[in-house]
Amino acid sequence: MPAAPEEIGKKEVKTKELTVNMGPQHPATHGVLRLVLELNGETVVKCTPYVGYLHRGVEKLAENRTYMSALPLTDRLDYISSMANNIGYCVAVERLFGVEPPERAKYIRTIMAEMTRISSHIIGVATHVLDIGATTLFLYSFRDRETLLDLFEMTCGARLTVSYPRIGGVRNDVSQEFIDKLYEFTGYFPETIEREYETLIDRNRIWLQRTKGIGVISAEDAINWGLTGPTLRGSGVPYDVRKHAPYDAYDKVEFDVPVGKNGDVYDRYKCRMEELKQSNRIIRQCIEQMPRGPIMAPDAPKFTLPPKDKVLTDMESLIHHFVLITKGPIASPEGEIYSATEVPKGELGFYMIGDGSGKPYRMRLRSPSFVHVSVLPELCKDALIADVIANIGTIDIVLGEVDR
Amino acid sequence: MNVFGMTVPAGFELATSIAIIIVKIAVIVAVTMLHVLYATYFERKVIGHMQVRLGPMRVGYHGILQPFADGIKLFFKEDVVPAEADKTVFKIAPIIPVFATLSAVAVIPFFDGFVIANINVGLLYLFAMSSLAAYGVIMAGWASNSKYSFLGGLRSSAQVISYEVPMGLSLVGVMLLSGSLNLTEIVKAQQQYWFGMYLIPQFLGYFVFMVSAFAETNRTPFDLPEAESELVAGYFVEYSGMRFAFYYAAEYIGMIVMSCVAVICFWGGWTLPPVLVDAVPALAAVPGIVWFLAKVYFHVFLYYWVRATVPRYRYDQLMSLGWKVLLPLALANIVVTSVVKFFAGS
Repeated sequence: MPAAPEEIGKKEVKTKELTVNMGPQHPATHGVLRLVLELNGETVVKCTPYVGYLHRGVEKLAENRTYMSALPLTDRLDYISSMANNIGYCVAVERLFGVEPPERAKYIRTIMAEMTRISSHIIGVATHVLDIGATTLFLYSFRDRETLLDLFEMTCGARLTVSYPRIGGVRNDVSQEFIDKLYEFTGYFPETIEREYETLIDRNRIWLQRTKGIGVISAEDAINWGLTGPTLRGSGVPYDVRKHAPYDAYDKVEFDVPVGKNGDVYDRYKCRMEELKQSNRIIRQCIEQMPRGPIMAPDAPKFTLPPKDKVLTDMESLIHHFVLITKGPIASPEGEIYSATEVPKGELGFYMIGDGSGKPYRMRLRSPSFVHVSVLPELCKDALIADVIANIGTIDIVLGEVDR
Repeated sequence: MNVFGMTVPAGFELATSIAIIIVKIAVIVAVTMLHVLYATYFERKVIGHMQVRLGPMRVGYHGILQPFADGIKLFFKEDVVPAEADKTVFKIAPIIPVFATLSAVAVIPFFDGFVIANINVGLLYLFAMSSLAAYGVIMAGWASNSKYSFLGGLRSSAQVISYEVPMGLSLVGVMLLSGSLNLTEIVKAQQQYWFGMYLIPQFLGYFVFMVSAFAETNRTPFDLPEAESELVAGYFVEYSGMRFAFYYAAEYIGMIVMSCVAVICFWGGWTLPPVLVDAVPALAAVPGIVWFLAKVYFHVFLYYWVRATVPRYRYDQLMSLGWKVLLPLALANIVVTSVVKFFAGS
């Protein structure tokens, strides 16, 4: 029976939030992130992230491996910037061991880290833009990333899981061809950013409407949540490990730390775009300044495997090889260290305890993506569903690093 | 009665005219479906080249047979019906958009005199049919019994209803100028101008119409109902095989129909601007269907071009654009057109 006119609107209608499970299989969660959203219409009332679907126990695995064979584990953290993770690990072990890599190795590492930053940032921005609906930038950036991956392949034979740096240096020297091609890339890349990336997005009204004033986090909150990297700098905090605690060759090159103002999605995007140009600048300076010389520290045989051809012909190398494989680095120190490096996503910290054996007694990772996921509920509160996607994109997480 | 020069015997006139209509329908449906197949190919190629890649290259020369490979694949895919779905509605839903959009083709004059149903309310009929297609989306969203489909269906119904209004109003200017709802008459009325198109006096109407058409056909930047990255595929997330293909087909037929309407109402249909024909008399010898298709293909290209360029609107932004920008623009267009027509004395 239809309700009488005066009764309409008086009857109490019971409503409740719609719970939507977003992920772990979802195209916009950048991997296996699972978000449980409570929706009131299109508005998100509550967002709860669940992590752990990609947990492999990297920290525990490292305890059962010698220092040098734990290196490939770090490739799989943030798998699109594995070179930077490797370098972070090597820097940590070097600090623990008190080893200083030679100048040339430092420059090579800096170049590699910045190449990684470019390739990670263009993926970060590209997938972010793709999630918001523009497809073309994604393909453009993959074209440019391809150049960088080819260069990685040229140097170490691998494109993604590189394991190229070594404790006390790098695995092998870079070729002249590598230098030439990279220099050529740095010549045209800034123009590519301006001509192809920024013209597509920067002044696009829809993009501006989708990103300005969305996912705002104040500088104070950002610090309190422990955000680092471009996600923090978008809120206007000029914190960068490369500037504040330089490692490798960062104290010898000039670069700016771009910061945002409003701490919204747009500012973080701008920070990443600006960092692309700064990374490009760093690479150019490194190539121009790079000295000749050895690529491994003089006492390298104590902690890094000798070249294979030497093992087969040289007695001493054979002994070193045997000891390193069976027991780990010779004269591993006791002590603990926290070492931070600036990977593309933020501050990657390694906390390591050495007990004198060839294996780390404890390795604890402070991964930026994990910290960034924790801020998602804050960003997504009272946002629309579409903003959740924008927020996932803007914190630029990689689940391999979140779950470790 | 005379068909292809042969005289039809008395008593068979009705049967003959029905036969002619059936043949016409068969031809148009076949041609439309072929267009749908190749619209997907065209889209993948166009967007591919815009995005520094090649698009389909494997099946046939430069992937020319790709649409058939896709069609065959979809046809033989397993037809999955979710256990919790409302099965009847779930099965009916995909048929509605295809039926509605294909029916809309019936009133479109492809060239002078070639139209299945030359009815006097052609434009209204087109609107009716394009609105009907929304039912398929809403029913799919509801019947799938999935939260993602449901959200997609809700978005779509809200979107289609919101954009129907400015779209209808944007064409009122054309109706005022031509004084007819018959599509053939509208094309002929445009020939009175030296430029042969309503594009120039009705630029505002054309703009509103095109934006609404993008929204009506759920294309980027208004592809919220199927927002891949948010709702995975939106209302048809639970569909597979041929039923899934129906939604795809409906979307492309919708695109082509909307392009046809744009061409007929604003670009002079199969005709060329009289000033151009006067200047180059040889152009008059080219069949009208060529110009018509060229104009339609340009509009279809426009859909792809936009898709490769812009991101997606958010739900609330989409709504405010529809009601706060396009609707006032369309109304302003009506007022201006009426005033000008009143004082210019038609």
